[in-house]
Amino acid sequence: MKAGTKFALGAILIVGSVGYLMASGIKQTGQYFLTPSELAQHVSADPSFYDLGLKVGARVVPGTVSKETATQTLRCHITDGTVNYAVVFKGLPPDTFTDSVEVVVEGRLQRDGVIHATNVLAKCGSRYEAVPKA
Amino acid sequence: MTLLGSLSLWLALLVGLWGAITGFVGGAQQRTDLQQSARHATFVLFGALLVAVISLEVAIFRHDFSVQYVASRTSRNLPTFYLWSALYSGQEGSLLFWAAVLSLFGAMTQLLTSRRHRAYLPYVAAVTSLVATFFVSVMLFAPANPFQRLPFTPLDGSGMNPQLQNPGMVFHPPMLYLGYISITIPFAFAVAALLTKKLDADWLVAVRKWTIVSWLFLSIGLLIGMWWAYVELGWGGYWAWDPVENAALLPWLVMTAFLHSVMIQEKRGMLKKWNLALVIGAWLLSIFGTFLTRSGVISSVHSFTQSPVGYFFLFFLLAAAVASIILYVNRLPLLEAEATLESVISREASFLFNNLLLIGIAFSVLWGTLFPILSEAVKGTKVTVGPPFFNQVNIPLGLALLAMTGVGPLIAWRRASIPNLRRQFAVPATTGVFVLLILLVAGMRDIGALMAFSIGGFVFGTVVQEFARGARARHRQYGEPIPVALVQLLSRNRRRYGGYIVHVAIVLLFVAFSGMAFKRETEATLRPGETATLQGPDGHQYSFTHLGISQYNALNRQVTAALLDVRRDGKAIGRLRTEKRQHVDALGNRTFEPSTEVGIMSGLRVDLYVVLAGLVNGTEQAVFRFTINPLVWWVWFGGFVLVIGGLIVLWPGGGAPPGTGPRPPRTQAGYVVKLEAER
Repeated sequence: MKAGTKFALGAILIVGSVGYLMASGIKQTGQYFLTPSELAQHVSADPSFYDLGLKVGARVVPGTVSKETATQTLRCHITDGTVNYAVVFKGLPPDTFTDSVEVVVEGRLQRDGVIHATNVLAKCGSRYEAVPKA
Repeated sequence: MTLLGSLSLWLALLVGLWGAITGFVGGAQQRTDLQQSARHATFVLFGALLVAVISLEVAIFRHDFSVQYVASRTSRNLPTFYLWSALYSGQEGSLLFWAAVLSLFGAMTQLLTSRRHRAYLPYVAAVTSLVATFFVSVMLFAPANPFQRLPFTPLDGSGMNPQLQNPGMVFHPPMLYLGYISITIPFAFAVAALLTKKLDADWLVAVRKWTIVSWLFLSIGLLIGMWWAYVELGWGGYWAWDPVENAALLPWLVMTAFLHSVMIQEKRGMLKKWNLALVIGAWLLSIFGTFLTRSGVISSVHSFTQSPVGYFFLFFLLAAAVASIILYVNRLPLLEAEATLESVISREASFLFNNLLLIGIAFSVLWGTLFPILSEAVKGTKVTVGPPFFNQVNIPLGLALLAMTGVGPLIAWRRASIPNLRRQFAVPATTGVFVLLILLVAGMRDIGALMAFSIGGFVFGTVVQEFARGARARHRQYGEPIPVALVQLLSRNRRRYGGYIVHVAIVLLFVAFSGMAFKRETEATLRPGETATLQGPDGHQYSFTHLGISQYNALNRQVTAALLDVRRDGKAIGRLRTEKRQHVDALGNRTFEPSTEVGIMSGLRVDLYVVLAGLVNGTEQAVFRFTINPLVWWVWFGGFVLVIGGLIVLWPGGGAPPGTGPRPPRTQAGYVVKLEAER
């Protein structure tokens, strides 16, 4: 076998494993990233979206955040303007998680209509800049 | 000052355009007057942008809140230290900083490039001026003008985000920017080489050092960024596979590939197309990264405010990509290899595999980062992948790459013989197996970590063997004592042995990364006097006793601090303090959300990492998160070694040119000698 052919085999092996790892990685760890409206649509069309690991990007409804430091539970409602979901999160939310910020909630929507979050992220477009005062 | 600043931006725009036009035209028509003018334009461009930077800094230091940028990024009570960094802590200022640094690099290239490579310089001036002009035009037309005035003058500015008020944030952005920006120089040389059709090994020599410069800055920037994330963000790690971290990693990976494959072109005249593609690709990725950071298309902790700036970058990225690809394809016939691969067991082949792995990693990182956009475009639903994806893909690829780090230096150029392989691999392979056995006996069962440690042992064995053989050869040849021989070896062949030191750093980093597999974490709500305990992966038991809370006002913040007494197996080893900070403005009004200061006790084996999550109803009862992070110290130490190795490679001089000075006899064992002879 010529050196070039052997090298090509090695290259195919590497490229193949990269491809395989990526495909299987996406299959195993990919999560839907939805807005509350999209989630509502998906759930009504296909009940298997209950209890499925996913991410929801939305805005916190002002005044709905309650942080219980003792039990480390955070409750809030999130909305995209049309659909509203209740969220329960056990753990330490980030400092930036407050009223009316944009958030990404990672977790599962249960049959009771509440999103049980495993992770919450405050997504703040102006994170590194102060919010201009009106 | 704002008028002066704005005027110098307009001047920079005109001069930059002039430099670009004269550079390209002067180069194409061989007109020395235009070429000279392009060269001078790079100096004037730098001068104009320097004036703009100084104007902005003066406005910042004078607290001129009539300037929007100053009002929205700083405040009267901001520590002076952070006033400096306010220059690049926001969108507009960082664009200015970027343009100014690029113009500095552009001017330096004109001054520092040796006469030998003079033919490239007009085009290099044109490219650097054009790119800098683009950044200036974004400021002027997007608009993202740092000198924009407010219709009124507020009494105080809104202050700097507390998370940016960390020493790491003063150094991380400029270092990363320096790396990012300096990639433009190799790219400019690549374009110049393609335009002049002088595509011999000469341009490689011209770009190699610049590539190492930007690789080094990028490495330092990434490392400081990791450190900042670790000590400031409080989530207990240093790398989150955040889109913008990925964006900075991508050009780093591609440049690492280039720094290896460039050796094949120098020695064997192969891979010319590949190398040019890598240089162009690295630069496009740097612009792509800038686009990601500034457009808000992908949510990230790093995003700036969404703005039309993103479209400018997207347009620029596409235009630059199309132009470079057309030029590149046009010149492909000139880039034929001078030699072919002789054997798959050769240095060339192993470098090629290393390149494929690096590019494979880069591709998977790019793919994962863009997947939300791609899946939405194709399927209509956004699917995201997170750290699990990146870890799952990159741990195996990274381990394979680590193995190549050890294999590459052991295999001879052209074709390795079996006895040669046996002699080369015996010691390193034994070291790797030895490490594996020790860890298995010690009870380690995590497969990823076992592989990282044993492959690390193998690579370390390779490097030690290289140094030992080289030093012994010098010792026999010149009678130098071994320590002197080691120093001489390093200083005579900085590029090679500096590279080996970087390899050691990579081993240290991999070992440190795999330590995170043994991370332990717990959360506890403690009253003063109560204790939480956590079993460390190092076999020790750590206990944390809550001593109490203190609250006080500091310069620009109200601090709530918790103090903890830390014991290892019952013995006191020190105290940790962790804070919640509420930043306030000069009038005492609250600004920003409260931020957390992490308490860290760093050791060679484990870091104890404590976060104060909050107080229960304002009492002294507090909620903590305790994390034991193994081997994190080694990330910083590995980073330090990496920088040292990089500096050794970069240090001017680099030892005697081939053919001069004493040379060890050919009969010495090992390819150290063989390689010398092959030059």
